[in-house]
Amino acid sequence: MQSRRIFLGIALAGALATALPGIAAAQDKIRIGAVLSVTGPASFLGDPEAKTLRMLADQINTKGGVLGKQIEIVIYDSGGNAAKAKQFATRLVEEDKVIAQVGGSTTGGTMAMCPVFEEAKLPFISLAGAVIIIDPVKKWCFKTPHTDKMACEKIFTDMKARGISKIGMISGQDAFGKSMQTECKKVVGSYGIEVLADETYGPRDTDMTPQLTNIKAKAGLQAVLNPGFGQGPAIVTRNYKQLGITVPLYQSHGVASKGFIDAAGDAAQGVRLPAAALLVADKLPDSDPQKPVVVKYSADFVAYAKQPVSTFGGHAYDGLNILVEAIKRAGSLDGAKIRDEIEKTKGFIGTGGVVNMSPTDHMGLDLSAFRMLEIKNNGWALLN
Amino acid sequence: MPEIMQFLLSGLTVGAIYALVALGFTIIYNASEIVNFAQGEFVMIGGMTTYFLFAAGVPLWIAAPLAIVVAVAVGLALHRFAIAPARGASVVALIIITIGASIFLRGVAQVVFDKQYHRFPAFSGEAPFHVLGATLLPQSVWVMAGTAAALVLLWQLSQRTLAGKAIAATASNALAARLVGIDTDRMIALSFGLSAALGALAGVLITPITLTSYDAGTLLALKGFAAAMLGGMGNPLGAVVGGLLVGAMEQLSAGLISSKYKDAVAFLVILGTLLAMPNGLLGRSRAERV
Repeated sequence: MQSRRIFLGIALAGALATALPGIAAAQDKIRIGAVLSVTGPASFLGDPEAKTLRMLADQINTKGGVLGKQIEIVIYDSGGNAAKAKQFATRLVEEDKVIAQVGGSTTGGTMAMCPVFEEAKLPFISLAGAVIIIDPVKKWCFKTPHTDKMACEKIFTDMKARGISKIGMISGQDAFGKSMQTECKKVVGSYGIEVLADETYGPRDTDMTPQLTNIKAKAGLQAVLNPGFGQGPAIVTRNYKQLGITVPLYQSHGVASKGFIDAAGDAAQGVRLPAAALLVADKLPDSDPQKPVVVKYSADFVAYAKQPVSTFGGHAYDGLNILVEAIKRAGSLDGAKIRDEIEKTKGFIGTGGVVNMSPTDHMGLDLSAFRMLEIKNNGWALLN
Repeated sequence: MPEIMQFLLSGLTVGAIYALVALGFTIIYNASEIVNFAQGEFVMIGGMTTYFLFAAGVPLWIAAPLAIVVAVAVGLALHRFAIAPARGASVVALIIITIGASIFLRGVAQVVFDKQYHRFPAFSGEAPFHVLGATLLPQSVWVMAGTAAALVLLWQLSQRTLAGKAIAATASNALAARLVGIDTDRMIALSFGLSAALGALAGVLITPITLTSYDAGTLLALKGFAAAMLGGMGNPLGAVVGGLLVGAMEQLSAGLISSKYKDAVAFLVILGTLLAMPNGLLGRSRAERV
């Protein structure tokens, strides 16, 4: 395998020397790279992303491919290691001669790979969350997932509509919780909401009653917000019930999985959170423009991967679809032309929302990408 | 002060969890002076196996003992295939082997179980007890009772039974123990089996509170190890005292000082104590064999 790659590299280098413009045409397949965290601590991201990319590539190829060519996804596993991700990105560009990347499970990996694609002048659609990927805008880097800042804004919009103006925050100190805590505190003021208490917990802590006791004691408390990922929020929710706190509890989109409801049990009832439409595919009204897309992806993914659908796989689905449509519009495999077309994506309906990109917005989602949900009867219910 | 009371009860809950994990360290240490860093994985195996059996429809009271049996099998296998072949290696080398085993077991757990977090129901309901304005979950009482029972059993084992004496002899001087007819290899194997059983029991008791996942053992082992060091390595009573102290310090500093610095406060106190008392609070000072 390795020697074949090297041979191919030499062959391509030879082709490069003789016929520079013909290089892309010389390939019989369109190669798209994907460096993902398939194993390791971020495998919950990379695993559904890799499966989704393979599934979608198969679907596209059986329909005749793109511009009459089959597409090939070249996947490398970074194991969640940003330095490794960068090495693989270089390999994608220099040896595999990909025309673009749809990948980068984590923000760290994405930020390490972005410069490689900037230098190679090839488009890179990231699947990671943080806002720094697209703000400030980098010419060749895009992303499909909504940001944690948008989740904060969605939550605060809901609080404001309910007349809530004094809240307590308890944030997990995992990367996700930390980042969302920072973003929420940046925007909370513009909603006229005051943070009375700002407590934290370690991602592996087993009891958060002291922090919640302090929050409960704040006079005038109207709601509590818990940015965090993994098991922490489930324990917070259970401790919340144990202490008999009665004001509403808001969780983040980080807990939008059935596992959270199972782990938090009864205590999860009444918890509110923002989440992508994908999670409530079957509950969306028929008039919802996203409904056909999310229903199809859910059904396809469950049949293909034999595991529950996750929003992370949805990000990969959107990323590859945006890229393929841009290639079709560009009518060429030239990186610069594809990049320009990605930037012109308008009204693209994906699993993560309706995408309208522009030279100043390389994500293109607005707050309508999130739906406010409440947990009722051990399931999700849409709030209006 | 209902707040202080809540901090204390919370500290007691967390402390009892650490104590139960710390107790597991003492058995293997007492037999071989090995600090078994795969101890947390025994806890994880106990919790995860119980969950998956329970999810498959096995009642808890059957699933829990089965999980302990599985953990004992893993513990014995760990000794047979990793520790026994390295017989004669230094204690440090054996400790490094247990670190490797811990990483290996975590990897296997990802494949055999899954990468999600899980919990099964508490043994006697979720309705909290109210104590002086503070709350305590019934499952915390189960953990405390489990810790106390394990402590008593270990004490009886080491003081009253021949096997306990043989384990102590093995640790004290393996050569002399062999000369008087003790099968030291079997004693160390026994200590791994016992330790795994205790770890798995901890996993069964704490999972309704802490939840569990394939990598849940890492931090539990670290806290349990800190607790065992604080109390005095090898002393079961010290392990329990150390566990309760670490838990209480964490939760009190989270409540009274700042939740940001709670781990730092706990580790500073442990460092300070160990500087002043290198053998831990209840550790016996040992004369070096020449």
